[in-house]
Parts: sequence; structure tokens; C-alpha cells
Amino acid sequence: MSAVIELFKYDFFLKAFIAAVFASISCGVIGSYIVSRRIVFISGGITHASFGGIGLAFFLGFNPILGAVIFAIISALGIQFFTKVAEIREDSSIAIWWSLGMALGIIFVFLTPGYTPNLMSYLFGNILTVTVSELWWMLALNIVIISFFVLFFSKILYIAFDEEFAKTAGLPVDFFNYLIMSLIALTVVLNIRVVGIILILSLLTIPQATANLFTNDFKKLLILSSVFAFIGTISGLFISYFLDIPSGAAIIFTLVIIFGILRLMKVFI
Amino acid sequence: MDPLIKIVNLTVGYDKTPVLKGVNLEIFEHDFLGVIGPNGGGKTTLLKAILGLLKPTEGKIEFRNDIKGKKKPIGYLPQVRHIDRKFPITVFDVVKSGLMMLNDSISLVSEKQRVDDLLNEMGIFEIRDKAIGELSGGQMQRVYLCRALISNPKILILDEPDTFVDNRFEGELYEKLRELNQNISIVLVSHDMGTIVKYVKTIACVNEKLHYHSSNRITQKDLDEYNCPIQIIKYGEVPHIILKHHPE
Repeated sequence: MSAVIELFKYDFFLKAFIAAVFASISCGVIGSYIVSRRIVFISGGITHASFGGIGLAFFLGFNPILGAVIFAIISALGIQFFTKVAEIREDSSIAIWWSLGMALGIIFVFLTPGYTPNLMSYLFGNILTVTVSELWWMLALNIVIISFFVLFFSKILYIAFDEEFAKTAGLPVDFFNYLIMSLIALTVVLNIRVVGIILILSLLTIPQATANLFTNDFKKLLILSSVFAFIGTISGLFISYFLDIPSGAAIIFTLVIIFGILRLMKVFI
Repeated sequence: MDPLIKIVNLTVGYDKTPVLKGVNLEIFEHDFLGVIGPNGGGKTTLLKAILGLLKPTEGKIEFRNDIKGKKKPIGYLPQVRHIDRKFPITVFDVVKSGLMMLNDSISLVSEKQRVDDLLNEMGIFEIRDKAIGELSGGQMQRVYLCRALISNPKILILDEPDTFVDNRFEGELYEKLRELNQNISIVLVSHDMGTIVKYVKTIACVNEKLHYHSSNRITQKDLDEYNCPIQIIKYGEVPHIILKHHPE
């Protein structure tokens, strides 16, 4: 136990711990929305497309997270455009943007002279290298998400559940959808450092699946998902440190184990 | 008396392909209109146009002064098969969502009271905190009926409320509608012709065009006059009606 307490004396570990708290809240809340609305695949598309922005940022030498934000938003809009205007099937347009973003990322990284040491940490995450400025951004995102969900909880729920009925009541359905899509993009991008592009879908779905074992109430799902995300992230963080394995993978492994155990317990109890 | 809703020469559809063409219809107070017609004939399209979910390409839908505005006092019960039954929401929240139809906001306490009262009245208070995924077909329909009714609408629009329900509930549902009809106008889409003939006052036959029958008895004269291809087959106590395609 003292070894655990000892860890918090390290600056990098304290930052990782705070990052885990922020990631759990934002991914717990946004993930619950994504899962409830069955838009996991579109979120995956946006996430992977953002790699193109990271590549571009490496190539041109600006902040990779900014590049990722730009590409996340472009792909979110692009998917909508392909589906609604160009009349391409939605799952196909998601796949197109998904792979296009990844391809652009690889091309830009390849064209960038010299070795790009951070690339792996964007793909697979490394919570132990989170910087203070990234923490500030995550804090800002958490404040925005929490206030949005607290202030507009009923409207968010009603639109997510039955868009058409919400429209008959004159709710600004499209406006809310675009707003939440932007929040999804920001959540994905600002949490890339925690578990990485390839693994972030896990934080948006596994804690929600676990929480869903215990509740079918949207509000409770938001809270419980964040709690399970936090338990998984923190345990993964310790496992990663003590076994010296990559943090992103350790976190996901822990999340799945927690889900598996609780799911089995539900079968036998 | 002015009609609540007056549909004039309405053409409407999806992506420029019209589903309904040149439709005229008036809905008055105390109406109980049954909408029948083949699948893809435009029954749901008609309802969606009235609800403002589809914009007319031609013609217009006029509302009487007291039901004009952004939030119209119209209760809507959509086809339940379009609702995601795995969505994590409780019965209480589904019914409460009907209150967003109100123009004036009411306090959280009275919102809760109103939901509970209605659930009691409909005899489903005991499922108040259940998730919608746990409900039977009849319970689901009752929940959506509550959602449509909680805002005290002047018009109630129901899209096939008799799918996924057992006979006993179906009977209860239509008796309830008959009772509600004393104060509310009802527009009902149904596949069950027996029901239509038994409960509704007037019939609209929709298949690209709309043919209006001012009673629930469809006679041979109606058939000739409106060119409405309905056959009535007597089968025991219940009349069975079969629809064919509308001749052009």
C-alpha cells in the first residue's frame, strides 16, 4: 500500500491520476450517449480520421492535438455530407472517412523528415506522459460536458430517445445533434493521450456495457459509466506501472476483465 | 364551425418523390377519423405532414387559431416498431417527455405529480420505474399513449397502436379512445379493418390520393363514387375488409 502512496509523490503519476479522472468523466458521459444512440461506429470513424490531423501537424510542425481536432470535425461533417447529400450509405461513408484519415496520417508522417517518437503514444496512448497544458484542456472539456448535460439533461434524453417526437414538440433537434457531435469529436481527441486513437472506443463502450448491467436509467448510466471508467483506468494505471506494460492496453484489459467478472456474476447470482 | 385542421391540395413525400398527391381533408372537433390503405400508400406520410415532420411540396395545412404555433396541442403515438427498445430510459421518463409539448413550463414537483396521476389513471403505475425494454407490447402502447396524452392535446394522432398488442388490450385501448373522443379529436391509422369499422366515425382511404368517407359504413355507392377499392366480406360477427390497389 505504501508503494502506491509513494507513487503520488511523483509528478508524472499525479498528472496521470488527474488525467484518469477527467477521461473517466468525459468518456463515461459521452460514451453513454454514444452507446444509447447506437452511434459507436460513427464515433470510431471520427476517432481514426483524426490521425490524419496528427500526421499533418507533425509534417507542418504544429500542435498534433489541434490537428486532430480539425480532422475530427472535418470527418464528422464529411460523414454527414456523404450520407445526406452524396447519398452514400452511412456505414460506407463512415468507413471511407475512417480509412482516409488513417491513410493521410501515414502519408504525412512518412513525408515528415526525421524520426517521430511520439507517434506510438497517439496511436496507443500513454497516460504517464500527459502534460499540464493537456490537463487544462481536459478540465475545460469536462466543465463544458458536465454543464451541458446538467442544464439540458431532459432535452438531450428526449432527443436521443425519440428524435421525431422531439421535433413535433419544436425542440431544436438538429442543433443539439451537431452540438453533441462536436462534443464527441472533442472528447475523443482530448482523450487520445490516455488510451490512444486505436483504443479509445473502449473507454466509450466498455464502462457503459458494465454500467448497463445494473441500470436502464439514462441518468444513472451516465454516472455509473464514469465510475466504472474511473475504476478501470486507475487499476490499469497501477498495473501498467507495476508490471511495466503499456498503459493504454493495461487500462482496456482491466475494463474488459471488470465487465467479464460482473457479467458472469450476474449469470450465477 | 371551423375545422381544427384543414388540408388543401397537399402533395408531400420523401426526396422529391411524392407519396401523397393533391390531398384534401378537414378534421373537426369530436372527429374520430380512421385512416386505412395499403402499405406504402401514404398513411404515415399523411400523419407526418400534419405533425410538421415533412414539408409539403405543394398545397398547405392550415390550423385553427387556437392550435397554431410552434408547439401544437397534438398528441402523437408513433409506430412502436420504430422505437429502440434497448434505449436506457424508464417508463416515467418516457411519459414525462410528453410534457415538452407544453408551452408553459411547470414545476418539477407538478411534472412528477402529473405523470404519476396519468400512470395511475391508465392502470400502469406499477411499471413506473421499469425500463421500456422490460415491457410487454400492451404496456408499451399504454406508455406511449400516456406520453401523447399528458400534455392534454386537442387532437390525438395514433399510428397503428394495435401492433404487438393482445386482443384484450386492444379492446381496452379502443374503449379508452372512445371515452377520450368526447373531448379530443382522434386520427387513427390502423391495419385492423374490424376495429376501424367498429369504433371510428369517418374513414379516409389513403393510397397516393385520399378518399374520404363521411361515415364508418362503406357502401357499394361509396365504392363506386370514390373509386375506393375496398371489399367488405362478412365473416361471422366481424366484418373483414380487404384492400386492393387503387385504380388510376
